[in-house]
Order: sequence, then structure tokens, then C-alpha cells
Amino acid sequence: MTGLFSEVFLSALMFGAVTAAIPLLLAGLGEQMSEKAGVLNIGIEGMMLAGAYLGFVGAFYSGSLWLGFLTGAAGGVVVALIMALLCVRIGLNQIVIGIALTLGLEGLTALLHHFQFSRSYPRLPAADATVIPLLSDIPVFGPAFFKHHLIVYLALALVFAMGYLYRHTQLGLNLQAAGDKPAALDVAGIDVIKTRTIAVLTTGALAGLGGAYLANVGAGLFIPFISNGAGFLGIVLAMLARGRPVWVLFGALLFGVCLSLTTAMQVAGINIPTDVIQMLPFLAVMIMLVLFGRRASLPAALGIPYERGTR
Amino acid sequence: MSIDTPTVNATALDPTSAAAARRDILHKLLMTLGPILAALVIAGCILLAVGVDPLAYYGYVLEKGLFSPLGIQQTLTRMAPLLFLAAGLIVAFRAGTWNLGGDGQFLLGAVTAAASAPVFVQLMPAWLALIGSFLIAAVVAMIWSLVPALLRAYQGVNEIITTLMMTFLGTSLANVLVKLVFRDPGTTVPQTRTLPVEDRLPRLFDTTITSGLLLGLAAIIIVHLVMTRTAFGLKLRIVGANPRAAIHAGLGVPGLTIAVFAISAGLAGLAGAVDIIGVQGNVRADWNPAYGLAVIPAVFLARMNGFAAIGFVFLLSVLSIGGESAARRLGVPNHFTLVLVSIVLIVLALAEYVDHRYNQSRKA
Repeated sequence: MTGLFSEVFLSALMFGAVTAAIPLLLAGLGEQMSEKAGVLNIGIEGMMLAGAYLGFVGAFYSGSLWLGFLTGAAGGVVVALIMALLCVRIGLNQIVIGIALTLGLEGLTALLHHFQFSRSYPRLPAADATVIPLLSDIPVFGPAFFKHHLIVYLALALVFAMGYLYRHTQLGLNLQAAGDKPAALDVAGIDVIKTRTIAVLTTGALAGLGGAYLANVGAGLFIPFISNGAGFLGIVLAMLARGRPVWVLFGALLFGVCLSLTTAMQVAGINIPTDVIQMLPFLAVMIMLVLFGRRASLPAALGIPYERGTR
Repeated sequence: MSIDTPTVNATALDPTSAAAARRDILHKLLMTLGPILAALVIAGCILLAVGVDPLAYYGYVLEKGLFSPLGIQQTLTRMAPLLFLAAGLIVAFRAGTWNLGGDGQFLLGAVTAAASAPVFVQLMPAWLALIGSFLIAAVVAMIWSLVPALLRAYQGVNEIITTLMMTFLGTSLANVLVKLVFRDPGTTVPQTRTLPVEDRLPRLFDTTITSGLLLGLAAIIIVHLVMTRTAFGLKLRIVGANPRAAIHAGLGVPGLTIAVFAISAGLAGLAGAVDIIGVQGNVRADWNPAYGLAVIPAVFLARMNGFAAIGFVFLLSVLSIGGESAARRLGVPNHFTLVLVSIVLIVLALAEYVDHRYNQSRKA
């Protein structure tokens, strides 16, 4: 087991942590926006799968990763549109519809994959990295943090953009109010349904993008059930972040390290069954929930459909 | 976070108007079969899109799952674990608790039963051994649900997330147990020791149907009666309908919450045990039939009514057995059943909404 803590290994571990963290980050940021606006989005796992599948299809047939990200995000939005129509506009039970969407997309993407790719299992070429000059020359940290696909840096920028949105813009305040006191927002003359719809569709786009990243950059291919709970992890991140995008980032990186460690231990050939290693990230989540669960603050009207004039 | 409580229909309580009662039954039938038919049509369109003849597919599923003698026996056997899972969900949903961790609890129950039964049968009479295995499987599943239960009861942590996370953990843990702890040294494939066929639950008469079916039926009927006819059931339903009102009514909500988790998880554990002790005989590594989430739509279609749930679990069994045959013969993977089940759920929710709106506008 020589070289387990060598520079190359450490830098690969951290590189993997960032790669694993990006889908969680995008899902977490998306879920955070939904939850802020009062919609508990259990369907996010399904949105990620739609994004992963369509993202892969887009990138595979066009040969362009960026087009793949675009189709992935669009896939997430389509699923989110169903959610917005059923849960926001006509106020059906968010949990029932969320479960249904996740189940349905799990089945549908696996089905389509079976008929399209199950004989060939095509792969995408490795994604081009954007090398940041100077910073990428730092030993260990350079290759780990500054040699990623451009979208990784955009996702990081999004964290701060979201922070600005929530703190300094009218839309951010509207979103918050839609989740905490929708009736007050309504009285202020702002359409609650519209505000929540914007939030759910944004969630869909971000989750779809996260799925597309997972398939196109993370794995290079689409396999059924590829998200493997990443959407659910995103929900946990959003719950524990107490409305702050930066905390979603920290949480995503923490779980990213766990996931990366999982892969690294498998590659290093440590003699533990993969099942034990696969439990790591979920164990981390449960420990976080036991330690900090009480402090998870959720909006007052989370999960309650808004209907004007009812109490 | 409330579940739509079944609406008490005023017409059904009025014995004088037989016509109204008939209309009510017809209405219920329409509200149940309508969504199923609509879902079959929508899912059929998906089949068409991937180049499979939907009529041929549905015909094949019905033939293999319902009309062939072997198929119907397999279907009835498959019902046993599904009924236990449905019973567990009925308790949880009526009490307003979203136990989505059924799969993890099911698998741990299954592994526990598979590990204990072959040992127990050598130590004691077979009937006692089986009862012992059932009990220990239920207890292990209950313990597995303790973390989400405590977090929900005392910290107010949303149980949807915790139970889902515990399911991912439970699935892996079950695999670890099969591969490392309870592995049968006599076989090359990783699996637990096999319970001899003569020690398993007896089969019914001259068929291949497991007597676990009767246990499952008993479980779901008992659960239904407890939830609708006893003080304990009423307490749970009050907690489900309005937890704050329940506190004001002097109910010990945290204790009841933990009880709900324990019953629900225990039944899921029994589902695993009945599948192993009745049918499979052992647990192979990476075995995960993922019944847990698929049962949810059946329970919703039945509006949390135990007797109605029996019917929908039967339907789900037909789909599941028929779908497995179709996967082998027609090359349509079993994932299609997931798609169908999810469409049923969405169409049902939509139908209830439309019905509710229609009733409102008629009253106004």
C-alpha cells in the first residue's frame, strides 16, 4: 500500500472530491431555492436522472459537452414543469408527486437506456479541463482544484450569486416570503404561485445540470440509477444549510470527500467489501443529522400548497 | 405535511337512499379504475415509442401473471411480502409518518431471518424456530428504524430524509452481512445458508402458493381493524391528522411516533422474513427486490383501507410477476413496471383533485 499518501494520490483524492461535490452542490442549491419558496422537492432525484440521461444523449449525439449540459438542464426543467403544474398550481401533495416523479424517471431512464445503449455502452471522451494559470502550478492543490472543466468554476460562482440573490434582491425576498408567509406575499401584491413556479423550475434546471455533470464529466457515460441518491443528499444539504448557499458548498465538499474516498479506497485495493465503503457517505449524512438535525430550520409553510383565501 | 384523509361520504351513511348508495359505489369504482386505465394508456404510449406493441405486452403480462396456473400461484405467493409492507405503510401513513425506509427494513429483516432460521431449526421444533425467526427479524427492523424515530420524535427532523438515508445504509449493510458474517461456507456464490424446503413455511394444499399469504392477509386485516376500531388506532390517526391538537388532547406524541415507526418497520421486517422463510430460503448477495416504494401507490389507491389494499396488492403482484416474464420473453425490462406505477400515482392524484373540484362547484 505504498504511495497511499503520496502527492499524486492526495491530489487525485481532492480532485475526485471536487468532481463528486459538484452534482451535490447543484442539487443542494436547487433544493434550497425550492424549500425557501415552500416546496419540498422529493422529485429532485428524478430531475437529476432526467438531466443525466438527456445530458448524455445531447453530448453523445452532438459531440459538444456544453450542448449536453444544456439538454440536461432542459430535461430537469421538463420534470420540474410537471411538478410545478401539479404541486404549485393545483396544489397536489408534494410528497406523493415527488415520489411518483422519482420512481417514474428511474424507470423511464433505465428503460430508454436499455433500448438505446445497453448493447454498446458508449462513452464520452474525457472532458477538457480549464487550466488556471499560476494557481494550477501549486503542488498537490494545483492539480486538485484548478484543473477542472469550466462548469465547475461557474457552479462555484453560482454559490455567491445565490447568496447575493437571497440577500440583496427583491426576488430573493419574495422567494423567502413565499415559503415563510405566503399570505403576506400575496397581500403585498406579488403572485405566490408565480414565485414558487420560478423556484421549482430553477431547481429543475440546476438538478438537471447536476445530473448532466454526473453523467458527462463524472462518469463519461449514462447507466441506470446513476444518481444513486445524489438528489436525496442534495435535500439533506439544503435542510442543514439553513438557507445559506455557502453552507451548501461546505456540505457538498464534505460529502464529496467521502464519495471520493470511497472510490480511492476501491482503487487502492484496500481489502474491505465495496458495500462497507459505499456506506460511508450515507453514514456521514446520518451523523450530521444526529448532530445538527435539531438546528435545521425549515420555512414555516414548507410542503403546504398555497391557495388564496384558505387558512 | 398531511395525508389526504379519506372523506366520509354523507350519502353512504343514509340508509334510505339506496340509489345514492349505488351511485356512491359506482363513483368509487370509477375513481379507482379510471386512473388505472388512464395510466395503462399513457404507459402504452411509452411502449409504442420504444417500439413495443402495448397490447401484446399487456396481454402477455396478464397471461403470465393472472391466467396461467403457474403464474397465478406465483402472483399469490408474491403477495405475501407485499401485504406485510402495505400493512406497515398503512400504519405509518394514517399516523402521518412518511416511512420511506421500507426497503432497508425489509432487507435487514430478510437477512436476519435467513441467518437465524437454519440455526434455530436445529435447536428446536420447526414451528418454534420459524416463530423465533419472524420475531427476531421484526425486532432487528424495529431497531433499524429507531434512529429516524428518535430524531423525528425528539428533534423534529423530517423522517422522509432520514428513512431514505437509512434505506441506502440498510441495503449496503444487508450485503455486508451476507458477504462477511452469515456467508454459507459451502457455496462459491456469496449467499446465506439455505433453509431446507421441508423446514420452510408449508405450501397451501397441492399448490406452490406459500402459506405466508395467509399471514400477510391476517397482518393487513389486523392492522386495518386496529387503526379503525381501537382507541390506540384513533390516537395514531389524531397524531396523523393534527399533531398539535394531539398534544393538546394530552397524547404522548413522541411515544406514539416511536410506536408508529416500530410497528411500521417491524411489519417491513416481517415482510422480509416471510419472503425468505416462505419462498427464497436464503439471501443472495446484492439481492434487492425494491418492493418498498412500489407498494406506496397501492396503499394510496386503496386510500389507506386495508381491505382495498389487498386488491391493489394483488394487482401489483400480477404486474410484477407478469412484468418479470415479459422482461425475459419480450425484452422489455422490469423498469417499465416502475414507470407504470408512477403514472398510476400521478393520474390518481389528479383524478382526486378534479373530483374534489367538481364536488365543490356542485355544492356552490
